Amino acid sequence: MITSHRTFAKALLGGLVLAGLALSAPALAQRDPAYDAARRAGQVGEKMDGYLGVVGDQPASVRTLVSDINIRRRANYAERAQAAQPPATLQEYAFTQGCILIARLEDGLKYQAPDGTWQTKAGAAQRDPRCP
Amino acid sequence: MITADLTKPARRAHMPGMGMRGAIAGVMAVLGSALAGGCISVTAPNEPIVIELNINIKQEVIYRLADDVRQNIEANPDIF
Repeated sequence: MITSHRTFAKALLGGLVLAGLALSAPALAQRDPAYDAARRAGQVGEKMDGYLGVVGDQPASVRTLVSDINIRRRANYAERAQAAQPPATLQEYAFTQGCILIARLEDGLKYQAPDGTWQTKAGAAQRDPRCP
Repeated sequence: MITADLTKPARRAHMPGMGMRGAIAGVMAVLGSALAGGCISVTAPNEPIVIELNINIKQEVIYRLADDVRQNIEANPDIF
């Protein structure tokens, strides 16, 4: 009886830990509210090269936001490109990231088509033929 | 007779001289147009150079990196 009580307590504790992890995970996934708003407003879009682009003429606040995110993306790409086996170039990694980001983009958001024009995502995106 | 004697050699002396100058001018014109034509063809390869940068990324490499790139989105949701 005592042992079964203990196992129940352990299971309960384990369940609480798992629930805690599940709750903390979405908190990590949040993007900056200003960035999220700019995406939804169509002020920024995903470029083919793996970086964020400013769509048309936008206020300085949006341009700064895009530049900040691109600096962080570049650092991230450089690190992961070097860590890849065999290592890839920054450009290769960034381009691949662009392929996947555009493919995963939600409908209604902006992306750059292979001809360089800004498009609004609606179903399958127009992507580079090399994209997986 | 005297006039014919004087004018004929004069013409002979004059005509070949004009022919030479004409020929030189003609050669110069051909060379000039050939050189100008050469300059135009030199400017043409400027366009493909820009496209070459993207062509350098091979599909094989993109496929190899695809999984890592997908994990990157999950690991760093704030920058994507």
